[in-house]
Amino acid sequence: METLRVLMVEDEAAMRAAVSRALSRYTLRLPDIEGEYGFAIEEAGSAEEGLARIEASPPDIVLLDHKLPGMSGVELLGILAEKQPPVSFLTVMMTAYATLENAVVATKRGAYDFLAKPFTPDELRSVVSKTTRHLLLTRETRRLAQEKRQVRFQLLSVIVHELKAPLAAIEGYLYLLQDPGTGSDPAVYKKAVDRSLVRIGGMRKLITDLLDLTRIESGQKRRELVPLELADVARAAIESVQPEAERRGIAVTLHAPAPVPMVADRAEMEILFNNLLTNAVKYNRDGGTVTVRLTGGERVRIEVADTGIGMTPEETARLFHEFVRIKNEKTRNIPGSGLGLSVVRKLAHLNGGEVTVESSPGVGSTFTVEIAAHSPEAQETEPE
Amino acid sequence: MSGAQKTILVVDDDEDFREQMSLQLEAAGYNVVTADGEEAARRTLEDLNPDLAVIDLMMEHVDGGFTLAYRLKKRQPPVPVIMITAVASETGLDFASAAASESGWMRVDALLSKPVRPEQLRREIARLLPE
Ligand SMILES: Nc1ncnc2c1ncn2[C@@H]1O[C@H](COP(=O)(O)OP(=O)(O)OP(=O)(O)O)[C@@H](O)[C@H]1O
Repeated sequence: METLRVLMVEDEAAMRAAVSRALSRYTLRLPDIEGEYGFAIEEAGSAEEGLARIEASPPDIVLLDHKLPGMSGVELLGILAEKQPPVSFLTVMMTAYATLENAVVATKRGAYDFLAKPFTPDELRSVVSKTTRHLLLTRETRRLAQEKRQVRFQLLSVIVHELKAPLAAIEGYLYLLQDPGTGSDPAVYKKAVDRSLVRIGGMRKLITDLLDLTRIESGQKRRELVPLELADVARAAIESVQPEAERRGIAVTLHAPAPVPMVADRAEMEILFNNLLTNAVKYNRDGGTVTVRLTGGERVRIEVADTGIGMTPEETARLFHEFVRIKNEKTRNIPGSGLGLSVVRKLAHLNGGEVTVESSPGVGSTFTVEIAAHSPEAQETEPE
Repeated sequence: MSGAQKTILVVDDDEDFREQMSLQLEAAGYNVVTADGEEAARRTLEDLNPDLAVIDLMMEHVDGGFTLAYRLKKRQPPVPVIMITAVASETGLDFASAAASESGWMRVDALLSKPVRPEQLRREIARLLPE
């Protein structure tokens, strides 16, 4: 059980005792909120003492009497409302003069709720229950927002780094071209231009991948679920990797013995194939093969198998997360953003399925995507 | 350039940076040996005595560059070290200032940020490797 601290600012000792009695044994369970809550009561006989206690250690809920000797309850409310950073507890005003006017003034100054004296223990508990619920929900919301900002910031930092590295490389080559010592050397010229183009290609890929990723995540772009033949999408994607495959003598073949009808978003399917196929070519050996197998049904199966460098079990375990690139002798000179597979995984989830991989170093890799033939409508953005 | 050709060790995990350093330092008449990380550099140093080292601070281990610089500085005679930083101020990771405060302890001889301009590099090398 979690204990919430309730500070009662009230000058009448009898009243403090009554409230303590009503709350000290009280436990609360709230719909939609996990856990059980109890209350620890702290007492202050004046607004001044209450303020001192709040400043020493802020409670969760303050029960504040309206009429107090010295500083009044409403005055204390005013002080609390000015606090920076804003206080994170909720205040309930208790008053014998529950007029509309009092209520308005107090709420304006930040009181969350009102309790008219005299009140029964049940009335007290009901107000405390409502206040607790509000308190917990606000805190949870704030925590989630904070967490989201954190994730955003980390992602941004990585993106900034990933974009700055190629920029610095390109800038470095331009300096070489500009410098009289190196600029006139044809070998330097060729190297500088070739490598700059590769790095620019990498940046472009990163930007496209990022756009895909944000579109998928934000749900901004409306998904257009239309009937389509998956084999057609596969064929078009194969077409687009064909030039690079041919250059390296890699044969790409499609096995789709029967039609594979789906209701899905065409762009999503294109992105999915493009990412798997570019990888299968990029990480292949010269003269290797890429085989795409499609199986239809209620669940659709997409297999992309290559005869490339493969991965160790340790390496495959790290895949599908943003910006994960396997660094070794073989992948060193292959440009990429490390986003492609995380996009594939997001798309698989969005389409009610999953992506898996089987791979062995030096032999090849097979990526398998299994998704629903009829894509679910729900746009769930899953927490990582 | 008089006497034997001087050797410069370049350590960076970015292939293009190593390439650029080689192109420009070789054009300036130096012998260049490259390594793609702290590990590789350590192996290279087993039978190499460079006259100067250019090291990237931000390799796979954030302090890999420092560790390496420290080793080079412990050699007899100590090897001059030019530390390169890819300052990522946007990320709040300010390695330049960390490096500056550590440089006294580490006695790094120069700190340059990426991208490195050729004349800047030549100036630092001329200062550290007088003929
Ligand atoms: N077919 C494959 N064979 C071997 N390794 C692969 C294969 N596909 C992916 N990998 C490994 O997984 C890593 C992550 O792949 P991913 O597609 O996410 O990024 P990338 O290829 O680096 O960049 P991009 O998103 O630009 O394609 C790659 O860096 C590569 O090491």
